[in-house]
Amino acid sequence: MAKLSFTNIGVTGIAAAVPKNKIINLEYTENFPAEEVKDVIEKVGIYERRFAPAGMCSSDLCFAAANQLISDMAIDRSEIDLLIFVSQTPDYRMPATSVVLQHRLGLGTHCAAFDINLGCSAFVYGLSTVFSFMQSGGFRKALLLDGETRSRVYSPKDRKTAFLFGDGGVAAVVENDPKFGESHFSLHSDGSLSDLIKMDAGGYRMPSSPETLTEKVVDEQGNIRTDEHGYMNGPDVFNFVLKEIPSDFKQVLESSGNTIETIDYFLFHQANDYMNSYLAKKLKLDLSKVPSSIAHFGNTSSVSIPLTWVSQLHGKLDGKKKLLLCGFGVGMSWATAQINIDNCLVSELLEVE
Amino acid sequence: MEDFLQLITEVLEIEDRTITAEDHFKQFDEWDSLARLSLIASIDDQYNVIIDDQTFTKLETLQQLYDEIQGRI
Repeated sequence: MAKLSFTNIGVTGIAAAVPKNKIINLEYTENFPAEEVKDVIEKVGIYERRFAPAGMCSSDLCFAAANQLISDMAIDRSEIDLLIFVSQTPDYRMPATSVVLQHRLGLGTHCAAFDINLGCSAFVYGLSTVFSFMQSGGFRKALLLDGETRSRVYSPKDRKTAFLFGDGGVAAVVENDPKFGESHFSLHSDGSLSDLIKMDAGGYRMPSSPETLTEKVVDEQGNIRTDEHGYMNGPDVFNFVLKEIPSDFKQVLESSGNTIETIDYFLFHQANDYMNSYLAKKLKLDLSKVPSSIAHFGNTSSVSIPLTWVSQLHGKLDGKKKLLLCGFGVGMSWATAQINIDNCLVSELLEVE
Repeated sequence: MEDFLQLITEVLEIEDRTITAEDHFKQFDEWDSLARLSLIASIDDQYNVIIDDQTFTKLETLQQLYDEIQGRI
Protein backbone atom coordinates (compact mmCIF):
# COMPACT_ATOMS: atom_id res chain seq x y z
CA MET A 1 0.00 0.00 0.00
CA ALA A 2 1.28 3.43 -0.92
CA LYS A 3 1.07 5.17 2.44
CA LEU A 4 3.44 7.97 3.32
CA SER A 5 3.87 9.99 6.47
CA PHE A 6 6.13 12.95 7.11
CA THR A 7 7.23 14.92 10.12
CA ASN A 8 7.52 18.69 10.44
CA ILE A 9 7.01 19.61 6.79
CA GLY A 10 4.25 21.89 5.60
CA VAL A 11 2.82 24.43 3.20
CA THR A 12 3.79 27.90 4.43
CA GLY A 13 2.20 29.90 1.63
CA ILE A 14 -0.03 29.49 -1.40
CA ALA A 15 -1.17 31.67 -4.32
CA ALA A 16 -3.38 31.19 -7.37
CA ALA A 17 -3.89 32.91 -10.71
CA VAL A 18 -6.76 32.60 -13.18
CA PRO A 19 -7.22 34.20 -16.60
CA LYS A 20 -9.25 37.39 -16.45
CA ASN A 21 -11.33 36.13 -19.39
CA LYS A 22 -14.57 34.91 -17.78
CA ILE A 23 -17.00 32.55 -19.53
CA ILE A 24 -20.61 32.82 -18.36
CA ASN A 25 -21.82 29.26 -18.75
CA LEU A 26 -25.51 30.11 -19.23
CA GLU A 27 -24.44 32.19 -22.23
CA TYR A 28 -22.19 29.45 -23.64
CA THR A 29 -24.92 28.46 -26.10
CA GLU A 30 -23.22 28.56 -29.49
CA ASN A 31 -23.47 24.81 -30.00
CA PHE A 32 -26.45 23.77 -27.87
CA PRO A 33 -29.94 25.12 -27.12
CA ALA A 34 -30.09 27.48 -24.13
CA GLU A 35 -32.65 25.32 -22.32
CA GLU A 36 -30.45 22.22 -22.50
CA VAL A 37 -27.42 24.23 -21.39
CA LYS A 38 -29.34 25.53 -18.38
CA ASP A 39 -30.34 22.02 -17.29
CA VAL A 40 -26.74 20.83 -17.42
CA ILE A 41 -25.38 23.87 -15.61
CA GLU A 42 -27.90 23.65 -12.80
CA LYS A 43 -27.13 19.97 -12.29
CA VAL A 44 -23.34 20.33 -12.26
CA GLY A 45 -23.37 23.71 -10.51
CA ILE A 46 -20.82 25.36 -12.82
CA TYR A 47 -21.87 28.96 -13.62
CA GLU A 48 -18.60 30.59 -14.57
CA ARG A 49 -15.24 29.46 -15.89
CA ARG A 50 -11.98 31.16 -16.85
CA PHE A 51 -10.49 30.55 -20.29
CA ALA A 52 -6.90 31.43 -21.05
CA PRO A 53 -6.67 33.61 -24.18
CA ALA A 54 -4.58 32.40 -27.13
CA GLY A 55 -0.90 32.39 -26.23
CA MET A 56 -1.42 32.00 -22.47
CA CYS A 57 -0.16 28.69 -21.04
CA SER A 58 -0.69 27.03 -17.69
CA SER A 59 2.94 27.87 -16.92
CA ASP A 60 2.15 31.59 -17.36
CA LEU A 61 -0.54 31.35 -14.69
CA CYS A 62 1.85 29.49 -12.39
CA PHE A 63 4.55 32.07 -13.10
CA ALA A 64 2.22 34.90 -12.04
CA ALA A 65 1.12 33.01 -8.91
CA ALA A 66 4.72 32.14 -7.97
CA ASN A 67 5.94 35.73 -8.34
CA GLN A 68 3.06 37.00 -6.21
CA LEU A 69 3.74 34.40 -3.53
CA ILE A 70 7.50 34.99 -3.46
CA SER A 71 6.83 38.70 -3.07
CA ASP A 72 4.08 38.28 -0.41
CA MET A 73 6.29 35.93 1.62
CA ALA A 74 9.43 38.01 1.01
CA ILE A 75 11.32 34.87 0.01
CA ASP A 76 14.92 34.97 -1.17
CA ARG A 77 14.77 33.16 -4.53
CA SER A 78 18.24 31.72 -4.00
CA GLU A 79 16.84 29.61 -1.14
CA ILE A 80 14.50 27.68 -3.42
CA ASP A 81 16.15 24.30 -3.99
CA LEU A 82 13.27 22.41 -5.61
CA LEU A 83 10.67 23.27 -8.24
CA ILE A 84 8.06 20.73 -9.29
CA PHE A 85 5.56 21.59 -12.03
CA VAL A 86 2.40 19.51 -12.12
CA SER A 87 0.32 19.60 -15.31
CA GLN A 88 -1.07 17.73 -18.29
CA THR A 89 -1.01 20.90 -20.42
CA PRO A 90 2.72 21.76 -20.48
CA ASP A 91 4.40 24.31 -22.77
CA TYR A 92 6.33 21.76 -24.83
CA ARG A 93 6.84 18.03 -25.32
CA MET A 94 10.37 18.88 -24.33
CA PRO A 95 12.06 20.32 -22.40
CA ALA A 96 10.14 19.97 -19.15
CA THR A 97 8.20 23.13 -18.32
CA SER A 98 9.58 23.11 -14.76
CA VAL A 99 13.08 23.69 -16.13
CA VAL A 100 11.88 26.62 -18.26
CA LEU A 101 10.15 28.02 -15.16
CA GLN A 102 13.33 27.65 -13.06
CA HIS A 103 14.99 30.18 -15.35
CA ARG A 104 11.94 32.45 -15.82
CA LEU A 105 11.52 32.72 -12.05
CA GLY A 106 15.19 33.61 -11.57
CA LEU A 107 15.98 30.53 -9.49
CA GLY A 108 19.55 29.24 -9.22
CA THR A 109 20.98 26.31 -11.15
CA HIS A 110 21.31 24.54 -7.78
CA CYS A 111 17.52 24.13 -7.95
CA ALA A 112 16.20 20.65 -8.84
CA ALA A 113 13.32 20.85 -11.31
CA PHE A 114 11.04 18.29 -12.95
CA ASP A 115 7.46 17.80 -14.13
CA ILE A 116 4.76 15.44 -12.92
CA ASN A 117 2.18 14.36 -15.49
CA LEU A 118 -1.07 13.53 -13.67
CA GLY A 119 -4.54 15.06 -13.68
CA CYS A 120 -7.05 15.61 -10.92
CA SER A 121 -5.03 13.71 -8.31
CA ALA A 122 -1.84 15.60 -9.12
CA PHE A 123 -1.77 18.32 -6.48
CA VAL A 124 -1.83 15.71 -3.72
CA TYR A 125 0.67 13.49 -5.58
CA GLY A 126 2.88 16.54 -6.15
CA LEU A 127 2.67 17.54 -2.52
CA SER A 128 3.69 14.02 -1.43
CA THR A 129 6.71 14.22 -3.76
CA VAL A 130 7.75 17.63 -2.46
CA PHE A 131 7.34 16.44 1.13
CA SER A 132 9.49 13.38 0.37
CA PHE A 133 12.31 15.54 -1.00
CA MET A 134 12.02 17.94 1.92
CA GLN A 135 12.18 15.07 4.41
CA SER A 136 15.57 14.10 2.98
CA GLY A 137 17.00 17.20 4.60
CA GLY A 138 18.95 18.56 1.62
CA PHE A 139 16.45 21.23 0.61
CA ARG A 140 15.75 24.64 2.11
CA LYS A 141 12.55 25.73 0.35
CA ALA A 142 10.46 24.03 -2.31
CA LEU A 143 8.05 25.47 -4.85
CA LEU A 144 5.16 23.34 -6.08
CA LEU A 145 3.57 24.78 -9.23
CA ASP A 146 0.36 23.31 -10.61
CA GLY A 147 -1.33 24.66 -13.74
CA GLU A 148 -3.89 23.59 -16.32
CA THR A 149 -5.48 24.98 -19.47
CA ARG A 150 -8.22 22.35 -19.61
CA SER A 151 -10.43 24.66 -21.67
CA ARG A 152 -8.34 23.62 -24.67
CA VAL A 153 -8.51 19.90 -24.02
CA TYR A 154 -12.21 19.26 -24.64
CA SER A 155 -14.50 19.83 -27.61
CA PRO A 156 -17.06 22.64 -27.27
CA LYS A 157 -19.36 20.43 -29.38
CA ASP A 158 -19.35 17.47 -26.98
CA ARG A 159 -22.11 18.07 -24.42
CA LYS A 160 -20.51 15.55 -22.05
CA THR A 161 -17.57 17.87 -21.44
CA ALA A 162 -18.34 21.27 -23.05
CA PHE A 163 -19.56 23.01 -19.90
CA LEU A 164 -17.23 21.62 -17.26
CA PHE A 165 -13.62 22.65 -17.62
CA GLY A 166 -11.62 25.80 -16.94
CA ASP A 167 -8.09 27.14 -16.51
CA GLY A 168 -5.90 28.18 -13.60
CA GLY A 169 -2.45 28.00 -12.03
CA VAL A 170 -1.18 27.88 -8.46
CA ALA A 171 2.05 28.07 -6.50
CA ALA A 172 2.75 26.69 -3.03
CA VAL A 173 5.85 27.03 -0.87
CA VAL A 174 6.81 24.06 1.28
CA GLU A 175 9.24 24.30 4.20
CA ASN A 176 10.51 22.36 7.21
CA ASP A 177 9.24 23.54 10.59
CA PRO A 178 8.60 21.69 13.88
CA LYS A 179 5.20 23.41 14.12
CA PHE A 180 3.72 21.17 11.40
CA GLY A 181 3.87 17.77 13.11
CA GLU A 182 2.80 14.68 11.19
CA SER A 183 1.21 14.52 7.76
CA HIS A 184 -0.27 11.45 6.08
CA PHE A 185 -0.72 10.56 2.43
CA SER A 186 -2.35 7.71 0.54
CA LEU A 187 -1.71 7.28 -3.20
CA HIS A 188 -3.49 5.00 -5.68
CA SER A 189 -3.77 4.16 -9.38
CA ASP A 190 -5.95 1.91 -11.57
CA GLY A 191 -4.87 1.78 -15.20
CA SER A 192 -7.61 -0.73 -16.07
CA LEU A 193 -9.84 2.37 -16.13
CA SER A 194 -7.53 4.43 -18.34
CA ASP A 195 -10.18 4.86 -21.05
CA LEU A 196 -12.73 6.53 -18.73
CA ILE A 197 -11.09 9.92 -19.28
CA LYS A 198 -8.74 10.05 -22.21
CA MET A 199 -7.34 11.90 -25.19
CA ASP A 200 -6.51 9.24 -27.79
CA ALA A 201 -4.27 11.05 -30.24
CA GLY A 202 -1.38 13.49 -30.25
CA GLY A 203 1.09 11.37 -28.29
CA TYR A 204 3.33 8.65 -29.65
CA ARG A 205 0.78 5.80 -29.61
CA MET A 206 -1.44 7.65 -32.09
CA PRO A 207 0.60 10.53 -33.49
CA SER A 208 -1.00 13.75 -34.63
CA SER A 209 -2.16 13.71 -38.27
CA PRO A 210 -4.78 15.43 -40.44
CA GLU A 211 -7.05 12.48 -39.60
CA THR A 212 -6.72 12.92 -35.81
CA LEU A 213 -7.59 16.61 -36.21
CA THR A 214 -10.81 15.93 -38.14
CA GLU A 215 -14.09 16.46 -36.30
CA LYS A 216 -16.40 13.43 -36.14
CA VAL A 217 -19.78 12.60 -34.69
CA VAL A 218 -18.86 10.13 -31.97
CA ASP A 219 -22.16 8.87 -30.52
CA GLU A 220 -25.90 8.63 -31.07
CA GLN A 221 -26.46 11.93 -29.23
CA GLY A 222 -24.55 13.68 -31.99
CA ASN A 223 -21.59 14.83 -29.92
CA ILE A 224 -18.68 16.00 -32.05
CA ARG A 225 -14.95 15.92 -31.36
CA THR A 226 -11.59 15.00 -32.85
CA ASP A 227 -9.21 12.28 -31.66
CA GLU A 228 -7.14 15.06 -30.10
CA HIS A 229 -9.94 16.16 -27.82
CA GLY A 230 -10.39 14.58 -24.42
CA TYR A 231 -13.46 12.48 -23.70
CA MET A 232 -15.07 11.23 -20.54
CA ASN A 233 -17.44 8.45 -19.52
CA GLY A 234 -19.22 10.45 -16.83
CA PRO A 235 -21.37 7.67 -15.29
CA ASP A 236 -18.41 5.35 -14.81
CA VAL A 237 -16.30 8.16 -13.38
CA PHE A 238 -19.06 8.75 -10.84
CA ASN A 239 -19.21 5.00 -10.14
CA PHE A 240 -15.44 4.99 -9.64
CA VAL A 241 -15.61 7.91 -7.20
CA LEU A 242 -18.34 6.23 -5.13
CA LYS A 243 -16.41 2.97 -5.05
CA GLU A 244 -12.95 4.29 -4.17
CA ILE A 245 -13.07 7.72 -2.56
CA PRO A 246 -15.10 7.21 0.64
CA SER A 247 -12.91 4.29 1.73
CA ASP A 248 -9.64 6.12 1.00
CA PHE A 249 -10.95 9.21 2.75
CA LYS A 250 -11.86 7.23 5.87
CA GLN A 251 -8.57 5.34 5.87
CA VAL A 252 -6.49 8.55 5.84
CA LEU A 253 -8.74 10.20 8.40
CA GLU A 254 -8.25 7.22 10.70
CA SER A 255 -4.52 6.67 10.16
CA SER A 256 -3.87 10.34 10.89
CA GLY A 257 -5.72 10.01 14.19
CA ASN A 258 -8.51 12.34 13.15
CA THR A 259 -12.29 12.27 12.90
CA ILE A 260 -14.56 14.37 10.70
CA GLU A 261 -14.97 16.67 13.72
CA THR A 262 -11.24 17.38 14.23
CA ILE A 263 -10.58 18.42 10.60
CA ASP A 264 -11.07 22.14 9.89
CA TYR A 265 -11.51 21.94 6.12
CA PHE A 266 -12.08 19.17 3.58
CA LEU A 267 -10.78 20.12 0.14
CA PHE A 268 -12.10 17.85 -2.59
CA HIS A 269 -11.27 17.89 -6.26
CA GLN A 270 -13.93 20.06 -7.87
CA ALA A 271 -15.41 17.92 -10.64
CA ASN A 272 -19.07 18.79 -10.41
CA ASP A 273 -21.22 20.07 -7.61
CA TYR A 274 -23.72 17.24 -7.77
CA MET A 275 -21.07 14.60 -7.16
CA ASN A 276 -19.28 16.60 -4.47
CA SER A 277 -22.51 17.34 -2.61
CA TYR A 278 -23.35 13.66 -2.72
CA LEU A 279 -19.88 12.71 -1.45
CA ALA A 280 -20.16 15.20 1.42
CA LYS A 281 -23.58 13.80 2.34
CA LYS A 282 -22.37 10.21 2.14
CA LEU A 283 -19.39 11.02 4.38
CA LYS A 284 -21.70 13.01 6.74
CA LEU A 285 -19.52 16.13 6.54
CA ASP A 286 -20.47 19.51 7.94
CA LEU A 287 -20.92 21.51 4.72
CA SER A 288 -19.43 24.65 6.28
CA LYS A 289 -16.13 22.71 6.34
CA VAL A 290 -16.30 21.74 2.67
CA PRO A 291 -15.35 24.83 0.64
CA SER A 292 -16.42 24.83 -2.99
CA SER A 293 -15.20 26.90 -5.93
CA ILE A 294 -16.81 24.90 -8.72
CA ALA A 295 -19.50 27.53 -9.43
CA HIS A 296 -16.83 30.12 -10.28
CA PHE A 297 -14.07 28.16 -11.99
CA GLY A 298 -15.50 24.80 -13.08
CA ASN A 299 -13.27 21.74 -13.14
CA THR A 300 -9.64 22.87 -13.40
CA SER A 301 -8.27 19.33 -12.93
CA SER A 302 -5.33 19.22 -10.50
CA VAL A 303 -5.59 22.96 -9.87
CA SER A 304 -9.05 22.70 -8.34
CA ILE A 305 -7.96 21.76 -4.80
CA PRO A 306 -5.39 24.55 -4.32
CA LEU A 307 -7.59 27.02 -6.25
CA THR A 308 -10.40 26.28 -3.79
CA TRP A 309 -7.90 26.74 -0.95
CA VAL A 310 -6.89 30.20 -2.21
CA SER A 311 -10.24 31.48 -3.47
CA GLN A 312 -12.41 30.20 -0.61
CA LEU A 313 -10.11 30.15 2.43
CA HIS A 314 -8.27 33.45 1.95
CA GLY A 315 -8.48 35.23 5.31
CA LYS A 316 -9.77 32.14 7.15
CA LEU A 317 -6.55 30.32 7.92
CA ASP A 318 -5.10 32.17 10.91
CA GLY A 319 -3.47 29.85 13.43
CA LYS A 320 -3.27 26.07 13.24
CA LYS A 321 -5.62 24.25 10.88
CA LYS A 322 -6.03 20.65 9.89
CA LEU A 323 -6.82 20.02 6.25
CA LEU A 324 -7.87 16.92 4.41
CA LEU A 325 -7.21 16.97 0.66
CA CYS A 326 -8.68 14.46 -1.75
CA GLY A 327 -8.02 14.39 -5.52
CA PHE A 328 -9.35 11.84 -8.01
CA GLY A 329 -9.68 11.48 -11.77
CA VAL A 330 -7.93 10.77 -15.06
CA GLY A 331 -5.77 7.65 -14.93
CA MET A 332 -7.67 6.63 -12.95
CA SER A 333 -5.51 8.06 -10.21
CA TRP A 334 -6.45 9.17 -6.72
CA ALA A 335 -4.72 10.52 -3.65
CA THR A 336 -5.72 11.70 -0.19
CA ALA A 337 -3.70 13.65 2.36
CA GLN A 338 -4.13 14.97 5.86
CA ILE A 339 -1.82 17.92 6.40
CA ASN A 340 -1.48 20.59 9.07
CA ILE A 341 -0.90 24.26 8.43
CA ASP A 342 -0.07 27.07 10.83
CA ASN A 343 -0.64 30.70 9.82
CA CYS A 344 -0.41 29.69 6.17
CA LEU A 345 -0.04 32.77 3.99
CA VAL A 346 -2.77 32.81 1.35
CA SER A 347 -2.25 35.44 -1.35
CA GLU A 348 -5.22 37.19 -2.87
CA LEU A 349 -6.48 35.51 -6.04
CA LEU A 350 -4.76 36.99 -9.10
CA GLU A 351 -6.43 37.67 -12.43
CA VAL A 352 -4.09 37.59 -15.41
CA GLU A 353 -4.78 39.37 -18.72
CA MET B 1 -40.46 -3.62 -5.59
CA GLU B 2 -42.89 -0.95 -4.48
CA ASP B 3 -40.18 0.94 -2.61
CA PHE B 4 -37.98 0.70 -5.66
CA LEU B 5 -40.67 2.13 -7.96
CA GLN B 6 -41.25 4.91 -5.43
CA LEU B 7 -37.52 5.69 -5.45
CA ILE B 8 -37.41 5.81 -9.26
CA THR B 9 -40.49 8.06 -9.32
CA GLU B 10 -38.75 10.49 -6.98
CA VAL B 11 -35.34 10.36 -8.64
CA LEU B 12 -36.73 10.95 -12.13
CA GLU B 13 -39.24 13.49 -10.80
CA ILE B 14 -42.20 11.75 -12.42
CA GLU B 15 -45.32 13.61 -11.39
CA ASP B 16 -48.07 12.81 -13.85
CA ARG B 17 -48.38 9.00 -13.82
CA THR B 18 -47.71 5.70 -12.07
CA ILE B 19 -44.77 3.66 -13.33
CA THR B 20 -44.56 -0.13 -13.44
CA ALA B 21 -41.82 -2.75 -13.43
CA GLU B 22 -42.37 -3.43 -17.12
CA ASP B 23 -41.68 0.17 -18.17
CA HIS B 24 -38.68 0.86 -20.37
CA PHE B 25 -37.23 3.62 -18.22
CA LYS B 26 -34.72 4.95 -20.75
CA GLN B 27 -37.66 5.88 -22.94
CA PHE B 28 -39.21 8.11 -20.28
CA ASP B 29 -39.35 11.79 -21.20
CA GLU B 30 -37.59 12.46 -17.91
CA TRP B 31 -34.63 10.21 -18.79
CA ASP B 32 -31.34 11.85 -19.77
CA SER B 33 -27.67 11.85 -18.80
CA LEU B 34 -28.42 14.06 -15.80
CA ALA B 35 -31.11 11.66 -14.56
CA ARG B 36 -28.47 8.96 -14.89
CA LEU B 37 -26.28 10.81 -12.36
CA SER B 38 -29.18 11.04 -9.92
CA LEU B 39 -29.92 7.35 -10.35
CA ILE B 40 -26.30 6.36 -9.64
CA ALA B 41 -26.35 8.39 -6.43
CA SER B 42 -29.71 7.10 -5.24
CA ILE B 43 -28.93 3.43 -5.93
CA ASP B 44 -25.66 3.83 -4.04
CA ASP B 45 -27.44 5.62 -1.22
CA GLN B 46 -30.37 3.22 -0.95
CA TYR B 47 -28.80 -0.15 -1.78
CA ASN B 48 -25.04 0.49 -1.55
CA VAL B 49 -24.75 -0.91 -5.07
CA ILE B 50 -22.71 0.34 -8.03
CA ILE B 51 -23.59 -0.79 -11.57
CA ASP B 52 -20.90 -0.30 -14.22
CA ASP B 53 -21.88 1.57 -17.36
CA GLN B 54 -21.41 -1.46 -19.64
CA THR B 55 -23.95 -3.48 -17.65
CA PHE B 56 -26.26 -0.52 -17.22
CA THR B 57 -26.38 0.09 -20.97
CA LYS B 58 -27.95 -3.36 -21.46
CA LEU B 59 -30.76 -2.79 -18.95
CA GLU B 60 -34.09 -1.79 -20.44
CA THR B 61 -36.96 -2.30 -18.02
CA LEU B 62 -37.26 -1.29 -14.39
CA GLN B 63 -37.64 -5.00 -13.54
CA GLN B 64 -34.20 -5.66 -15.09
CA LEU B 65 -32.71 -2.76 -13.15
CA TYR B 66 -34.31 -4.04 -9.95
CA ASP B 67 -33.00 -7.57 -10.55
CA GLU B 68 -29.51 -6.24 -11.29
CA ILE B 69 -29.50 -4.36 -7.99
CA GLN B 70 -30.81 -7.37 -6.05
CA GLY B 71 -28.10 -9.55 -7.60
CA ARG B 72 -25.43 -7.18 -6.29
CA ILE B 73 -26.67 -6.58 -2.77
